[in-house]
Amino acid sequence: MNTPALPIGTVRAAWFFVAPALLLIVVFFFVPVLAAFCLSFTDFDIYALANPDHLRVVGLKNYQELLASDDFWKAIGNTFYFVLVGGPLSVGISLGTALLLQSKVVRFKSFFRTVFFAPVVTTIVAVAVVWRYLYHTKYGFLNYILHFLGINPVDWLGDPAWAMPAIILMAVWKGFGYNMVIFIAGLQNIPDELYESARIDGAGAWQQFWHVTLPMLAPTFLFVGLMTMIGYFQLFAEPYVMTLGGPLQSTVSIVYLMYEQGFKWWNLGYAAAVAFVLFAIMLVATLIQFRLQKTDAS
Amino acid sequence: MFLFLALMTGCTNQMDSRKEIRIWAMGKEGEVLGTLVPAFERLHPDIKVRVQALPWTAAHEKLLTAFAGESLPDLCQLGNTWMPEFTALNALEELTPWITQSKVVQAKDYFRGIWASNVFDNQVFGIPWYVDTRLLFYRKDLLEKAGYTSPPQTWHEWKTAMQQIKKQVGPDKYAVLLPLNEFEPPIIFALQQPEEMLRENGTRGNFQSRSFKKAYGYYLDLFRSQLSPSVGNQEISNVWQEFGRGYFSFYITGPWNVSEFKARLPQSLQPAWATAPMPAPEVGQAPNSMAGGASLVIFKASKRKAEAWAFLEYLSRPEVQIRFNELTGDLPPRLSAWQNPKLADDPYMRAFRQQLEFTRPTPKVPEWERIATELRLTTEVVLSGRKSIEIALKELDTTTDRILEKRRWMMAQNRAMP
Repeated sequence: MNTPALPIGTVRAAWFFVAPALLLIVVFFFVPVLAAFCLSFTDFDIYALANPDHLRVVGLKNYQELLASDDFWKAIGNTFYFVLVGGPLSVGISLGTALLLQSKVVRFKSFFRTVFFAPVVTTIVAVAVVWRYLYHTKYGFLNYILHFLGINPVDWLGDPAWAMPAIILMAVWKGFGYNMVIFIAGLQNIPDELYESARIDGAGAWQQFWHVTLPMLAPTFLFVGLMTMIGYFQLFAEPYVMTLGGPLQSTVSIVYLMYEQGFKWWNLGYAAAVAFVLFAIMLVATLIQFRLQKTDAS
Repeated sequence: MFLFLALMTGCTNQMDSRKEIRIWAMGKEGEVLGTLVPAFERLHPDIKVRVQALPWTAAHEKLLTAFAGESLPDLCQLGNTWMPEFTALNALEELTPWITQSKVVQAKDYFRGIWASNVFDNQVFGIPWYVDTRLLFYRKDLLEKAGYTSPPQTWHEWKTAMQQIKKQVGPDKYAVLLPLNEFEPPIIFALQQPEEMLRENGTRGNFQSRSFKKAYGYYLDLFRSQLSPSVGNQEISNVWQEFGRGYFSFYITGPWNVSEFKARLPQSLQPAWATAPMPAPEVGQAPNSMAGGASLVIFKASKRKAEAWAFLEYLSRPEVQIRFNELTGDLPPRLSAWQNPKLADDPYMRAFRQQLEFTRPTPKVPEWERIATELRLTTEVVLSGRKSIEIALKELDTTTDRILEKRRWMMAQNRAMP
């Protein structure tokens, strides 16, 4: 591709205009990330905090220990559980509500849009207070319904098998409104003529959805899928406010493990290594998703 | 109008001339500390005290961040388990010179075990503010039904009593509650044994020692013989209600629960419960428990140490400690404060008074809480039957050695240690 050379003055002016933003990114993003990367090869802890002489460069030891520790693999398992179950569920529900709110039969659309979006802007701590009541074994609304259906009460947050589903349910409820709004925007961008010609060709509702709506939403899907996945990999606030990683470590996510190592035990070197492993996992997952979407499109 | 303005400026000028000290306190203590300040400020018109309350959950993080960012206050409330860490950070002022000059703070007026948890290498880094230890809360009526009129004195007596109770209450109820999410009960049994839980100056685990095996064996046996349910606190959603129902008759807990039990147990059950010191392993041995609580510390970086010490001294006065006890329910660390009839005549407090004579600090290394957490996880593994005690304790020693590796390296480097 041939770009015509810009006059020097224009280039300088451009640099001048982007400089503040670049400077901020460098100072508050690249420098700390680089520092953390270096930190992950040291045993920085409270002793080193007291006196820099107590810092040792340990090479790959943090990474080796990490890969050999049961806690880490448990956290990986929990996080993948959350991403693989919660992610698709969240995207599916977002798409479903978006389609409902776009259809012509539903009334009070803007009202519902606001209602569904409200949890997204509510703080997680307030949400957690309410959900802890909903999940309460004896007085919770969820168990009240189960009781009504003749099902035995579930110890939502106390049973290792149920704690993660409980966290997923809450996270999906809290987050689906955001993707829903993006899907609605995507749906509104699909020209009516396409549906019209599909109808003339004799396509039913299902065929219209499959052959018009979905392909036209592909770019939206890519964006929503990526953002949801990246966000879900960073699971932290939900277990932090609901279960503190318990019961039996069943809701310890990678970020929660990092928080515990870094800010509870103050092993910042080790915590930095956890962060970079998470980064690597997310990078790979993102590349895979890009590749999948590309083959889909072609 | 002019007059008003003049008054205003007069006031602010006066305010500015006072020396301001900042103190951080946590939880309930942080909430009520402010009410003690006006009386102090009347005694010291030149000092202004600014109290900042921190929630317990965020306090540790905030203190370490403040240390790294050099924005620590002048003085602070510090939990006993955090003392080793902040001593290792070299963040605390050594208080011996201040104490020798003080008429108020007298080391021999403090409970020995509690004072000891503030001493590192013969240097004092904190003055106990309130004490906290754990002992037996028990159902007098159920113990009587099983044929005992007084609380047990030794491990053997205690276990026999529990077996009798278990016979009375049947398979669905138990004799004692030792929640699996608490690491305190096995540690208390271990503190009653001669050997320390860490060896070589706190640089290696000593969990395979005879002492620890004896303590841990006794603890685990209480689960295996069905005297204690294998549950965590989250499964006992309301411990007071279950105690009232007789789900268990003994519970090892601390002073904060006295007011809870008074408030939450029904009126009819109030005469039925009591407190007692921990039983000892054998007759004549010390019935130790943990030396818990919090101390007041002055940070090395403070520029107002004299003023900070004046406030610390004020809070250490026996009469102020009694007032503090009324406000919080916290137990005073000074023997003279315990002569006050409010404490001396309280039947529930009498056991605490006795227990406080027998407290011992947990190993004073910054890594202790982490090691204790590993011990708790070990218990879950052993009780689930996945590993034998022998193997689990060997692994616990290995894990502990790994956690303490940095500390060993520093000792080898012959650097200043807490």
